[in-house]
Amino acid sequence: MLDLVAQTSLNAIYAASYISLIAVGLVLIFGVMGVINFAHGELYMAGSYAVVAVYADWQMPFFVAVVAGMVFVGMLGLLMERGLFRPLRDNPLGGLVASIGFLMILQALATLGFGVRMEHIPPVTQEIISFSDKVRLPMSRLYVIVAAVVLLSALWYFLKRTRFGWALRASAQDPEAAELQGISIAQTARIAMFIGAGLAGIAGALTAPLVSVNPHMGHTVIVTAFIVIIVGGVGSLEGAVIASVVYAFVHTFVTTFFDGVVADITGLSLMLLVLIIKPTGLFGSADRA
Amino acid sequence: MRNLLIWGLVAVGLVLLPHGLSFSQQEILVFLTINVLLVASYRLLTLTGEWSLGHVVIMGVGAYASALVSKKLGVYVPVAILFGGLMSALIATLLSFPLFRMKGFYFLIGSFAAGEIIRLLWKRFRDPFGGAKGLKSIDPMPDFSIGIYDFDFFEPVSYFYFCAVVVGFCLWILWRIEKSPVGLTFHAVHWQDKLAEASGVNLRAYRTLAFAVASGFAGISGALLAHYIGTINPNSFDIEVMVFVLTWAIVGGTATFYGPILGCIVLTILNEIVLREMGFEQLRPLIYGAILISSILFLPDGLESLVQKAVRTLKRGNRQRSAAK
Repeated sequence: MLDLVAQTSLNAIYAASYISLIAVGLVLIFGVMGVINFAHGELYMAGSYAVVAVYADWQMPFFVAVVAGMVFVGMLGLLMERGLFRPLRDNPLGGLVASIGFLMILQALATLGFGVRMEHIPPVTQEIISFSDKVRLPMSRLYVIVAAVVLLSALWYFLKRTRFGWALRASAQDPEAAELQGISIAQTARIAMFIGAGLAGIAGALTAPLVSVNPHMGHTVIVTAFIVIIVGGVGSLEGAVIASVVYAFVHTFVTTFFDGVVADITGLSLMLLVLIIKPTGLFGSADRA
Repeated sequence: MRNLLIWGLVAVGLVLLPHGLSFSQQEILVFLTINVLLVASYRLLTLTGEWSLGHVVIMGVGAYASALVSKKLGVYVPVAILFGGLMSALIATLLSFPLFRMKGFYFLIGSFAAGEIIRLLWKRFRDPFGGAKGLKSIDPMPDFSIGIYDFDFFEPVSYFYFCAVVVGFCLWILWRIEKSPVGLTFHAVHWQDKLAEASGVNLRAYRTLAFAVASGFAGISGALLAHYIGTINPNSFDIEVMVFVLTWAIVGGTATFYGPILGCIVLTILNEIVLREMGFEQLRPLIYGAILISSILFLPDGLESLVQKAVRTLKRGNRQRSAAK
């Protein structure tokens, strides 16, 4: 029993890592752009397919594929900013609808390029860390955990300690006042989109060998990310991380001890409960990041 | 008199319409008729300013309810369809208590969560909902004859006539609601909520009313669908279908009654007839996404704004001509 709890906790930590990468990107985009990006799950999917192409098909090193995935998806983010969100700045529902359109295009492109079948990628490493007979952590899962910790710390440092981050937070709080101070809104929007999308891309790239890559894999991910950002408070980066951990533990434990569908219902009910009781989220204020 | 003539012509046109089509096109026509009701009911909901992502699941509630009472209790199918609509309205009224504590984006996400929970419950409980496989061999509409025409509901043409009558009647009710004082209050709740509240309008009650009525008609459309295709499962009502409804409404425009219906008809014809027959099967979601994006970028007021512009130009032309005389 203790083994089972320990193993489930390890699984939950792994889930929390990639969920928080995705959710933090979503929150960052919402904070700066004021748009809920429905295509975020498909950005994650694009990151996975980057690994399929670069690592599995072209036989490049895994690390190169992950960086390629991040840059590629970051560029997709820039494309969305320029083509969709900037022209639709004054139309919040418009940005959301346009991102749904973009999602359909990405899914269709993935289907056209790789087919609907699931891609299985050769494992990066077969190594497994064994804590005991029944408690084991595959090395490739550890990569995800380490990457999440490193990247999120770097992001935190970037946002709270550098001039760029300061400008980014300023334009999230009050775009007009920030512009008066000589901060370029367009510039911060590009940085936020690149980072936000890039984080989803990394999450997709790192988990690609661990999940079944298919054109519709973004769907579950976006639902999870929405639950997390609502529970954490839509504008709060810290809230998103904490909520990712909470959600991952609840979902993993309920899946292990009951079943997956009950776990999904629990997660959604958690979100509805937060929406009913405290719509600004457990850690958020009503404002944007 | 002139109006009567126009509607008479429309009716004759609808009666003749399926006979010029192939079998698969007749089937599409049935789905189109059902979807027209779905998207028109969605517009009633958007009148009060809320965009729901749970509307298709609510449609599914009607489908499941109607299928179950006709299958398990042997209720006469038309009565079951009506029951499906009532069930949807009832579930929507219950959902309105948590959901109407939210507005805007939160409502959007909240309605999505509520819908997903309902869908997962269908999946989880094999009895009575049939689990992931759903319900099979749902009773079809029993055949009957009205003397000059024998209705055989395995024929899409017959079912199209049946649907057209039901949907036409529902659209008429929806139209009457919108033009009634209640409908005007819905507009006020959206555009002047503070003023409306100050004038003694119970915002919450009117939002709930719009939600329940819109859901009731969505439920009827779901029930019509269930008794035609004979099998439904949780995935028949998932978010992808909802995205289609959203696309119809956005591309058509929601400022007028006919806007979403126009969007639904134009996109269905484009999707099913043009793209399918041209063999672009795999490209269809891509084209759909591109249409969605370009319409929000370049035609933010929807297809209806084109119609309005055309009507204005025509009128101006007429006026100039009569002035010249």
